[in-house]
Amino acid sequence: MVRRLLPDNESVLPLLSEERWRARGYDRALAQAAALGPDGVIEWVTAAHITGRGGAAFPTGKKWASVARTTDPIKYVVMNADESELGTFKDRVLLSGDPWGPLTGLAIAAYAVGARDAFLYVRGEYPEIEALLKDAFGWTRWAGPLADRLTFHLYRGGGAYIAGEETALINSIEGKRPEPRVKPPFPTQRGLWDHPTVIQNVETLANVALVLAHDPEWYRAVGTPSAPGTKLIAVSGHVRRPGVYEVPMGFPLWPVLMDPDYGGGIGGSGRLQAVLIGGAAGTWLTADECREARLDNESLRAYGASLGSGAMMVFDDTVNIWRILGQVARFFAHESCGQCVPCRIGTQRLVEQLTGDRQPDYQQLRELGEAMRDASICGLGQTAPQALLSYLDRPALWR
Amino acid sequence: MILLVGSNAAETHPILFQHIMKGVRRGAQLLVIDPRRTMTAAKAHEHIQLAVGSDIALLNAMAHVIIRDGLIHQAFIDRATDGYEAFKDSVAGWTPERAAAVSGVPVTQIEHVARTYARADRAMIAWTLGITEHHNAVDHVFALINLALLTGHVGRPGTGLNPLRGQNNVQGGGDMGALPDRLPGFQPVGDESARRRFETAWGVTLSARPGLNQSQMFEAMREGTIRGLYVIGENPLVSEANSGHIVEAFNRLDALIVQDVVMTKTAARADVVFPARVSFAESTGTYTNSERRVQLVRAARRGPGESRDDLWILSALARALGYDWPTVSAAEVFDEMRALVPTYRGITYEALEASRGIQWPCPSEGHPGTPVLHTRLWDEVVTPRVSFQPVEWVPPAEPVDSRYPFRLTTGRRLAYFNTGVQSRAYGHPDPEREWLELHPDDAITLAVGEGDMVRVSSRRGQVVVPVRVTTSVPPGTVFLSFHFPDETPTNVLSIDATDPRSGTAEFKAAAVRIERVNERG
Amino acid sequence: MGNDVTMTIDGMTVTVPYGTTIRAAATMAGHPVPTLCWHEHLAPANACRACVVEVEGSRTLVAACSREVEPGMVVRTTSERVQRARRVVAELLASASDASLAPSLEALCRDTGAHPENWGGATWHQPVRDDNGLYVRDYAKCILCYRCVEACGDQAQNTFAISVAGRGFHAHIDAGWDRAMPESDCVFCGNCVAVCPTGALIDRTEWTLRQNGQWDDAAITTTDTVCGYCGVGCGLTLHVLDNRIVKVTSPPDHPVTHGMLCVKGRYAYQYVQQEEAAGED
Repeated sequence: MVRRLLPDNESVLPLLSEERWRARGYDRALAQAAALGPDGVIEWVTAAHITGRGGAAFPTGKKWASVARTTDPIKYVVMNADESELGTFKDRVLLSGDPWGPLTGLAIAAYAVGARDAFLYVRGEYPEIEALLKDAFGWTRWAGPLADRLTFHLYRGGGAYIAGEETALINSIEGKRPEPRVKPPFPTQRGLWDHPTVIQNVETLANVALVLAHDPEWYRAVGTPSAPGTKLIAVSGHVRRPGVYEVPMGFPLWPVLMDPDYGGGIGGSGRLQAVLIGGAAGTWLTADECREARLDNESLRAYGASLGSGAMMVFDDTVNIWRILGQVARFFAHESCGQCVPCRIGTQRLVEQLTGDRQPDYQQLRELGEAMRDASICGLGQTAPQALLSYLDRPALWR
Repeated sequence: MILLVGSNAAETHPILFQHIMKGVRRGAQLLVIDPRRTMTAAKAHEHIQLAVGSDIALLNAMAHVIIRDGLIHQAFIDRATDGYEAFKDSVAGWTPERAAAVSGVPVTQIEHVARTYARADRAMIAWTLGITEHHNAVDHVFALINLALLTGHVGRPGTGLNPLRGQNNVQGGGDMGALPDRLPGFQPVGDESARRRFETAWGVTLSARPGLNQSQMFEAMREGTIRGLYVIGENPLVSEANSGHIVEAFNRLDALIVQDVVMTKTAARADVVFPARVSFAESTGTYTNSERRVQLVRAARRGPGESRDDLWILSALARALGYDWPTVSAAEVFDEMRALVPTYRGITYEALEASRGIQWPCPSEGHPGTPVLHTRLWDEVVTPRVSFQPVEWVPPAEPVDSRYPFRLTTGRRLAYFNTGVQSRAYGHPDPEREWLELHPDDAITLAVGEGDMVRVSSRRGQVVVPVRVTTSVPPGTVFLSFHFPDETPTNVLSIDATDPRSGTAEFKAAAVRIERVNERG
Repeated sequence: MGNDVTMTIDGMTVTVPYGTTIRAAATMAGHPVPTLCWHEHLAPANACRACVVEVEGSRTLVAACSREVEPGMVVRTTSERVQRARRVVAELLASASDASLAPSLEALCRDTGAHPENWGGATWHQPVRDDNGLYVRDYAKCILCYRCVEACGDQAQNTFAISVAGRGFHAHIDAGWDRAMPESDCVFCGNCVAVCPTGALIDRTEWTLRQNGQWDDAAITTTDTVCGYCGVGCGLTLHVLDNRIVKVTSPPDHPVTHGMLCVKGRYAYQYVQQEEAAGED
């Protein structure tokens, strides 16, 4: 078992103590960053091939380089801790187990791109995380210049899933309605208050801290060549041991369900029907597919799936998948901001079709889903029909 | 950078204000100088809230600061202007400290505004009647021109001096010689060669003596030297300052003719009323707007009953008086005019039909018009040069005192227009009535609250009006519009102290007393 | 040519100035894309998604109204994916809203072969809001194109009286706490009405005439003239029915107005035709 992101022996030290920060190697990370200079940090992050862990898997080094390049003297960095995807709770576990990792990564990001203000956008339903982070801000007194030069601003999400979408998150911090903005321009060009902005998922920033605490080569020693490092997987549903597990990228899916160190086997009836991977916006994998699949985007692409935020919701053979689809549809209809037509009305029609009495027309549903996927503004509308479409692709799940 | 002086453009020129706000969105600074915190001032980056009538003190102090801090445009001054040294001397005593004492604007803010204006890459000044409705109106305008000359903020896109016209065709009326000393095209009546051209074209002899401006006409009516008056599309009994005084003048007339689209209070007193057609909807012609854009006006409907358009009435009147006037179309009148007015010469009805208006000067047919005026000031050699006009601040004609302790200033509100002839009864949901804007501090002193009725009295008259308690006015200053003359004839209060050069009265500064009356609004 | 961009639209090579949107480029190339929410004087809201096109290399379809062209961009405006998305957009909108006064939506339905009747489900049907004397809000016709919000906000009027409230299917235009317009910040310029593409916002005079079956497009004449109020010189179009002005608009191409007016220019015209009242003081 690999433990990189999740603390191991250091857990005996007080959570917010400087000793624990040092024991995790984050003092080394900040010192290393300062020694490398901003360009050197970006080179390391690029060399480590870190990709975004929030779902979009965009190369982190590339994002930072584009912000660092801009001539705007004002730049911002944001930690996106608005974790709201169904079945996703890895950022909560990570922050409550090792707040120093993401925070150190955030300070490194700010240093690399030249930002003096760091924003933390924390899900409103995570008050304990919010309190923890506020306490952690005291580290600027002892953690050295990279932390001390920063001003931290904590924003609490107001209970909208859409605010986790990075441009909606920007609007939310600015005090506006959390509707996604048009991209391009990307936040890296015009983000918070129109200044270039780096927005990173909590787990991504923790990976950054690890790279700087060690080196890119150490970092790439686990995982796959195209996706090095580890991934936090939130396993929920019909397994014996639900929880957050850290696995190397490319790790086989099956043992995460079955191995005693991980899911510990199928719960409920004990017979696996399917896994919804990637959260509500994810893809169904049949039991057969679960035997073969590996946990990295490159290999999951063969199933039309992606890791997304790293959620695996497990369903035994007693569950009516159709009803799950209806619940997923209700979730998106409730969380759609209403800005664009495919999502605003499409999510409503999906609910009606999936929960109504009428026998749905699969062809019509597929067309709706594909139009939502193709024509919605943001990831919410684009992925809202994903579970449905993957279900339609898998007659084995039909009953 | 946009400097609005005495202008509540958001309410009085809403569509122009949209353009201003587009500029603000693109990064322009908006500074508003106004005694009231208007809807416009509320949108500004900075609101300079000066005492009513202290504009020249403030503007001279801005010039002082610009000179003192070395922010003048020396090359422009050297090349394009005359009289800089004398002007410099005239503002030497106008330190910001002195202006602060007069205007109530802090020294630091005066300095900030001056520097912002002078340092701007491009800066324009626009003003409305807050500048010109004073007894020394022309001096107010000179004080603004001096600032533009000091800094070279004139004659280039994004700069300049822009009076925002209050009526649809104030500009066009002036262009057409509706000024006592001008022929069409601003050609002076005293200019013999200009006069000759018109005499030849019209076959009559023209007086070289300037006529009377409106205030002088009222005075002449009072003195009995004017005994007949022909009023076209005006409601002076209601719209003029110190209207009680105006009524006396009208009482002395032998004959009053009023030509209007509705029976105004002035028309009701007339010996003869000519029912006119509404120019923008029922007749043909042109209007010229604040940016000198000449545009076609077209009839969209038949006027009611026996109404006729202004051209028909004037021609018929001339014929009735024994002149052999032919029947001509508006286009023919326009053609005759443009032959005599160089700035309009290239503007034809055909060109107007084919465009959304043409900005004069347009010297020849096919010329696209001139969006920016005074570009010649940036020529290598400037002839004639423009002169600085040193001006001195004087307080408003009527000081506030213990009997009349409040400063009344007047103006328009968004939903209504002038004396309400056009803007009443169209279904606007706002209450159709006047209210007095009063600062909360003053409301406490006077022991009045929102909606209480008060009597507002000046040395000339009084009105009774409900109170609206608001911080839009500073303590000691109150505001009334003049849109509801039937219930609230505001202009019985205003003072007819008038600038002899422009004939404009000091609507913006009367001294009044306010007393609670026991009646609820 | 440093300021030009060369790209391909439907197999045709076009060169357009840098900063041109795909929509504008497609129009220049003679392959216009349909739009509902886009308005020439407002920032693109990107809401309706009727204008989506396929851009090679892009995972999803792209809104042509707002995306600027890039060198070498390959755009397809009528691919199968595009057609399907447009048809579904048309069906969704027409299944929820009353399109009877929305010519652009009716055209989109027609051109895409949409069958909105295939979807039942919830609609936007709701009572008409007739709470001020000047315009009526018939939100059953609203397609939430954001034009009114933009025109009321920083794209024109800068009043900010209305915004979108609620979420998902229940997102709607609101003046704050569901207030009636006279209680809101509204200044009744009617610029929201001017930009509304569906008749959800409609002048009260027109609405009343339509209710009474007296509105007759064929009998209405339009005449361009200039506003008679202040000195800004706004261009007006007077819509006259039976010698009565029944509506005032401004030409969208007018350099002074861009189609926007103030409350006086748009609504304060009744004095022109109060013949019966002319004798009164």
